[in-house]
Amino acid sequence: MTDFLTDQQHAGQPTPAPGGEDFLVVENLSVQFPTHDGLVKAVNDLSYSVKMGETLGIVGESGSGKSVSSMAVLGLHDIKRSRLTGSIRVDGKEIIGASEQTLRKIRGNEVAMIFQDPLTALHPFYSVGAQIGEAYRIHHDVSKSKARAKAIEMLDRVGIPQAKSRVDDYPHQFSGGMRQRAMIAMALVNDPKLIIADEPTTALDVTVQAQILDLLQELQRDFRSAIIIITHDLGVVAEMADEVLVMYAGRAVEQGPTRELLTHPEMPYTWGLLSSMPDVTASTDARLVPIPGNPPSLLNPPTGCPFHPRCPHVDKVPGDLCRTELPEFLPGQRGTHHLKRCHLVNPDDIYATEVLPEIAPDLVELTLADNADVAHGDGMHGER
Amino acid sequence: MTTQSEAVPTTVSAAPTEQPLLEVTNLRKYFPVKSSGLVRRTIAQVQAVDGVSFQVPAGTSLGLVGESGCGKSTTGRLITRLLDPTSGSMKFEGHEIGNLSPKQMLPYRKEIQMIFQDPYSSLNPRHTVGTIVGTPLRVHKVVPEKQVLNRVRELLEVVGLNPEHYNRYPSEFSGGQRQRIGIARALALQPKLLVADEPVSALDVSIQAQVVNLLTDLQKEFGVAFLFIAHDLAVVRHFCPEVAVMYLGKIVEIADRETLYNRPHHPYTQALLSAVPDVKQAAVGGRRERIRLEGDVPSPVNPPSGCRFRTRCWMAKDICAKQEPPLLQIGPKHKVACHFAGEYGAMPTSPITLNVLGVDQEGTPVAGATPSAEDLNEPGFADTWTDVETLKGNSAPMATSLPSDSRPASEVGSEDRGTRS
Repeated sequence: MTDFLTDQQHAGQPTPAPGGEDFLVVENLSVQFPTHDGLVKAVNDLSYSVKMGETLGIVGESGSGKSVSSMAVLGLHDIKRSRLTGSIRVDGKEIIGASEQTLRKIRGNEVAMIFQDPLTALHPFYSVGAQIGEAYRIHHDVSKSKARAKAIEMLDRVGIPQAKSRVDDYPHQFSGGMRQRAMIAMALVNDPKLIIADEPTTALDVTVQAQILDLLQELQRDFRSAIIIITHDLGVVAEMADEVLVMYAGRAVEQGPTRELLTHPEMPYTWGLLSSMPDVTASTDARLVPIPGNPPSLLNPPTGCPFHPRCPHVDKVPGDLCRTELPEFLPGQRGTHHLKRCHLVNPDDIYATEVLPEIAPDLVELTLADNADVAHGDGMHGER
Repeated sequence: MTTQSEAVPTTVSAAPTEQPLLEVTNLRKYFPVKSSGLVRRTIAQVQAVDGVSFQVPAGTSLGLVGESGCGKSTTGRLITRLLDPTSGSMKFEGHEIGNLSPKQMLPYRKEIQMIFQDPYSSLNPRHTVGTIVGTPLRVHKVVPEKQVLNRVRELLEVVGLNPEHYNRYPSEFSGGQRQRIGIARALALQPKLLVADEPVSALDVSIQAQVVNLLTDLQKEFGVAFLFIAHDLAVVRHFCPEVAVMYLGKIVEIADRETLYNRPHHPYTQALLSAVPDVKQAAVGGRRERIRLEGDVPSPVNPPSGCRFRTRCWMAKDICAKQEPPLLQIGPKHKVACHFAGEYGAMPTSPITLNVLGVDQEGTPVAGATPSAEDLNEPGFADTWTDVETLKGNSAPMATSLPSDSRPASEVGSEDRGTRS
């Protein structure tokens, strides 16, 4: 894992990852659902790309569009009930507007998904082995017994003890962690090049979560697949992802290499996420700093910056800019690789002087020094 | 004798002589597993909670952490008497509430209220907020019918909701707001103890902090004691000055938060803490060094013999399978149930519990030794404790030259006890 990070994070421009070309390219994706109450703009103008062997973490609250956008990658939205615009290319193949037949070939074969709740994602009437075998037989012309052998092999691969006897068990006979492993086995049975993990560990306990994350990383090393990990846990992102995308109200609000983004966040929403999470080492007398208010309705998103009703830094922007104008998704002060959607002119100084003292006073000096370096340099971060 | 350098946290307001608000001793809950067929005989017992003891002093919080299935929620439901205990005692302000009939229990329900995990399923969708929050007031007749509405408005304001929203239905509120409604309902009767069962885990990250802050404020304002059940170690650490870690129906470690989070002595606590993903890791890159636990939690129907954690423990030795480790007090406010309790990387090589259990290195009882383990399942903390350092020194020669039963038990006891300075 560490070698990915160092490889990937050396320069400002994304260097070609070990895999080379972008495997998944999402460009200007918008997903809208017409409803009785009006048009729900679930995803707006979202662009990102993932390379082979790389992990992208998508962070956001419920309703921020993170799951909707990744379901679009699999072509899972009913075209009758949703409007998709923009472009999604998987290995060069366009997904939006593709026929169901094409999509079926891609689903589970090139792109696989690990769902959040394995108990609802697995069919209760079929044995685990049958479900894994089915996924294999759809894309491979093999006999049932071969598919069963493959299912056993996969269960063994994801660390289920006595896979031979457990293959005929039903989902309810598995524990939560084992079910999630079975889901991963099913997702990996066709050696997909891209795995989308939608909150893969939210339903699990910490020790099991650690096991599952280990497994994902190990499998990524072996299969060199690209992974998109969707989560609300910044801790998971910090330990797993090479690149982070923060979403709010259907839009990307900040994007950058993990280390860069989490040590020098430039968007008040990211600050809010960082400061509202209690830390196992932080002072216990300090109050948590929650983000005030609630996530906005996507039927009627706020004008201007979608975060402005909850943003404590609105007054630092001259005029009414935050309320009237949507900030563009542009590189900030820290180089071209770190994009943010915010009107604030000097977010790094505000973060270091106002936000950081409350959440991690010990890091203030370091961050200030770092900021000074960047100001004197060319905006790129040389030594990391 | 040791002099304890760490300051005992002053968060516990009750004087040591004052009786705790809630005292739980040896609480057990076994759920029967019935056979199929016409005659449904009990064929096994799920030992969901198996002999836990703890105290909740008035006006403070005890955290209960552990993985799913460890019995922490069952414990919460036993205390609120949503479930009947199999055995054990629960004393609320000195009165036994474990064996009361529903009618006798009624006055105590006013004092012990519960906040549920899921704000979507714990509020009746067909009742307005006013009905939901007002029902406890009507049932217990604490205010005349005419004033119920005023009180409801007050309560809604206390939890940060618009008091004029009493006429709305739960579906009109977001998750965080619903949880506030649940909290208002729990507060309606001005309880002395709130059992909060995962109160924030169903909420979004940015909302979690709002609710945790609300609970902190309520505790300050009304002096409510909390039994705070959660699996999120960071939230529990933030909220509770004292924390108990449960594993498979038993408390494996209980201590004040500084000790538990900085110097955990039980291998399970150490593993649990090391598995929490950390945002700060981003500055370093890659995964954090941590203790890898193999496998899953064993079934509570047929728990492992001796120490229940031994099947996943990297320290496990013969004695762990034979003898169940007692919950031994090893510091002024620190109890741990492990034969090899110690800080990570500096765990003793020979069991620290030999004298207490009266057994030898392999866990076989020694003839003539007087085990003193029976009285170890007392709730709360004693003024004297077994000092781990002293024991480590003693058990080494005991294994080699000195026959352990040659020393009178009383002498062993007096030498190995530390005293509060």
